[in-house]
Amino acid sequence: MMTEISLNILDVAENSTRAGASLVTILVSVNTSADELTVQLSDDGCGMTKEQLEHVTDPFFTTRQTRKVGLGIPFFKYAAESTGGSFSIESKPGIGTKTTAVFGLSHIDRMPLGDMNSTIQTLITCHPDTDFLYIYRYNEASFELDTRLFREILGEIPFDSPQVAAYIKEYLFENKLETDGGAVI
Amino acid sequence: MKTLEELKAIREKMQSQVSMRGEDHARTRILVGMATCGIASGARPVLNKLSDLVQENHMTDRFSVTQTGCIGLCQYEPIVEVLEPGKEKVTYIKMTAEKAEEVYKEHLLGGHVVQNYTLSSADIK
Repeated sequence: MMTEISLNILDVAENSTRAGASLVTILVSVNTSADELTVQLSDDGCGMTKEQLEHVTDPFFTTRQTRKVGLGIPFFKYAAESTGGSFSIESKPGIGTKTTAVFGLSHIDRMPLGDMNSTIQTLITCHPDTDFLYIYRYNEASFELDTRLFREILGEIPFDSPQVAAYIKEYLFENKLETDGGAVI
Repeated sequence: MKTLEELKAIREKMQSQVSMRGEDHARTRILVGMATCGIASGARPVLNKLSDLVQENHMTDRFSVTQTGCIGLCQYEPIVEVLEPGKEKVTYIKMTAEKAEEVYKEHLLGGHVVQNYTLSSADIK
């Protein structure tokens, strides 16, 4: 069981990278007046066949050979639906996959969003050849992190060099704080 | 808002000090299991601790920290595998950020495997 929504996001994004995605887009949007927290992950990876897609929310289905269960998507779906929200997943072979989870923001069973910055930092560090577009919205305010822009500026300088890694950490921290004013989500 | 201008300044500074990255085959690879089983049992702080230590101590030419999938030992996650060229693989189980720091100091820098945390020391039933 995951303890934070940000861990579900890390888990699903890992699936995107394993699907060979070159760009993974992660949207986290908090809307207090609609009382909703929306999470959407889309990728341009290999996608799933119709048959795989039908079974993806079944905990006893996985394409892995190392174990017989696949709990990532069932966890995420359950976490959203148990808050009066919704879950959907669309996929086309060769095009990519889009996963959307809507949570009831103030629902008692909604787990905390958790450390989103750490999730994004982990993804960037571990997948230097994958691009990530992270969009964080809090009502009217928002910020974006786009590794394609970082890459354009940095050229050959790797993301894991100490100065760059520290910059990315601060970029996430400062911009998130400015966007949500430090709200506990 | 933090801007891209600051990143440009970092690039200017770094381009003057051309760094040599060690050849990939010479680096020790540190793999952290980041499938659902790993993430759910606490792999993210373990991975972040290791990559912070390697980056902050300017060790990226000696060590690469990266993620791997599920190796079928879900009950022992978070798992960290250390693959040093020319040596046998060492598998650490049930890791935490604190244990990871110990492994970084004792094993990666000091060359002594932290036996207590390894899979081979676990009582496998």
